[in-house]
Amino acid sequence: MVLRVLRGMVGLLLLAQASMAGAVLSIEIIGAGENQIPIAIVPFGGDEKLAQSINEVVTGDLQRSGLFRLVDPAGKSPHEPAEVNYADWQVRGAEALAIGTVAAQPNGRIEARFRLLDVVKQTELAGQAVSANENQIRAIGHRIADLIYEKLTGDKGVLSTRIVYVNRQGKKFSLVVADSDGHNEQTVLAQNEPIMSPAWSPDGSHLAYVSFETGHAVVYVQSLYTNQRVVLADFRGSNSAPAWSPDGRQLAVVLTRDGSSQIYLARPDGSGLRRITFSGAIDTEPNFSPDGQYLLFTSDRGGSAQIYRMPVEGGPAERMTFGEGNNFSPRHSPDGKNFVFAHLGNGRFYVAVQDFQAGQMSLLTEGGWEKKPSFAPNGKLILFASEARGRGILATVSSDGRVKQHMFTQSGDAREPVWGPYP
Amino acid sequence: MKKLIISIVLVNLLAACASEPKKEEAAPAPAPAPKVEAPKPAPAPAPKAEVDPLNDPASILANRSTYYPFDVSVVQDEDKPMVQAHAKYLSEHANRKVRLEGNCDERGSNEYNLGLGQRRADGVNKMLEVGGAKADQLESVSYGEEKPRCTDHNEACWKQNRRTDLNYAR
Repeated sequence: MVLRVLRGMVGLLLLAQASMAGAVLSIEIIGAGENQIPIAIVPFGGDEKLAQSINEVVTGDLQRSGLFRLVDPAGKSPHEPAEVNYADWQVRGAEALAIGTVAAQPNGRIEARFRLLDVVKQTELAGQAVSANENQIRAIGHRIADLIYEKLTGDKGVLSTRIVYVNRQGKKFSLVVADSDGHNEQTVLAQNEPIMSPAWSPDGSHLAYVSFETGHAVVYVQSLYTNQRVVLADFRGSNSAPAWSPDGRQLAVVLTRDGSSQIYLARPDGSGLRRITFSGAIDTEPNFSPDGQYLLFTSDRGGSAQIYRMPVEGGPAERMTFGEGNNFSPRHSPDGKNFVFAHLGNGRFYVAVQDFQAGQMSLLTEGGWEKKPSFAPNGKLILFASEARGRGILATVSSDGRVKQHMFTQSGDAREPVWGPYP
Repeated sequence: MKKLIISIVLVNLLAACASEPKKEEAAPAPAPAPKVEAPKPAPAPAPKAEVDPLNDPASILANRSTYYPFDVSVVQDEDKPMVQAHAKYLSEHANRKVRLEGNCDERGSNEYNLGLGQRRADGVNKMLEVGGAKADQLESVSYGEEKPRCTDHNEACWKQNRRTDLNYAR
């Protein structure tokens, strides 16, 4: 990809840095899940020979989810089921145990064979071989963590997914794609003009985004594979807020070409453009429902910014948020039952969630500069932009509000994050 | 010609420096810029042909920004004489073009603010057109909250960021 070409020369250096420092960014976890599953993860046989420890990736992933309590395997290092003495692990309070081995294959790929054991029932819950190229060892760790997460929680894991965000450093802006833990950053676009509102295509192959490189806001659609891009909309004024339909066949986009910000639909190549809101107010930040039938959006048609919902094919809009304060940036949950948004109240921004049926807003965070929330594809975590120590950072909160984490990028302000789809 | 360009740049810089602190202080009691009215002496005995009032730091045209209350996009009364003076100037100088750049404070989503900034720029655009400027002299764009002049989380900062800049093409 682009990045590899761009960074070609510094690639090795970056890799070395990442493995030496152990982190491209630092992560702080706050709070814990209600029922944490105690699990022991024994460093895989051969792990210490790898450039990147798989064990470190797996334990980091599980810890960040907030759903696991890691039991120290100190002194015990079984790698095969026959070597496991279940009593050792019962005493330590572990309910699950992960063991395995990892080795380079003759073809150069790295293969990890792992097993997940139920310490209480003394049975094997899962066993699998996961392999990848030697420069993708982290991906092996994420896959194993996903398998453990799925087996023990019953929910699909999101540890192998990616995120996108904008990093601002002085006047430099870059559009960055990274693993969901913030590692493995790849710069998709870097320039001295603002970049806003990245949006993943449903299959994760393309990003739509807003760039000011020509002096005003223009929407582009760019392939993450070929890096080629097309202009989706470049009319007078501002072109912004791209959102993909779930089938990937069209995007909603906000244009000011006919006056104030209004919502339009277009195909991914920009053709077939048609207007679907006619309010004369600011209508923006459209987001498709998972069934593709509705759009949530932000509008000040009632006098101040609130969330509304309308049929994609046009028709009357229904106001969704009421009460004190303003509301912005709505996004559906993957199951379509509720939506997250940014709530501005008493001068603070909060991440809020509202159930479509109950219609009640609840705040998931303490408030500050918390903007632009988006669900992980399993609906269990919400990624958003926050601020700490005077810097823009990425943050997540579990959908029940219990577990929060802050991810500090190496430098600059992280903004406009969006969680990507399943790979 | 080169000299002229340089002097325009210089004047722009001076104007920007001069107008900012003025606006900050004017916040509590809306003091409708008395300085603006003062320098109306008869055209100095300068070489006639070259005098462009846009280059006169004492002219009302040296003021190039309109300011707004929170979440408001209509041009405020105190800024109207300035916008109208620019409209008159543009109507008399058909070759000049100006870009209207709307900006917002950070209290909104980036996208909402992009829309609000566009509405601010469009409001100035409309007033310039009503005042005699031609549509092809004007372009309105928005930066939303993406290009703040000041980055602290307080009103002293925010009020500088809620503005439309009249940016003349050189």
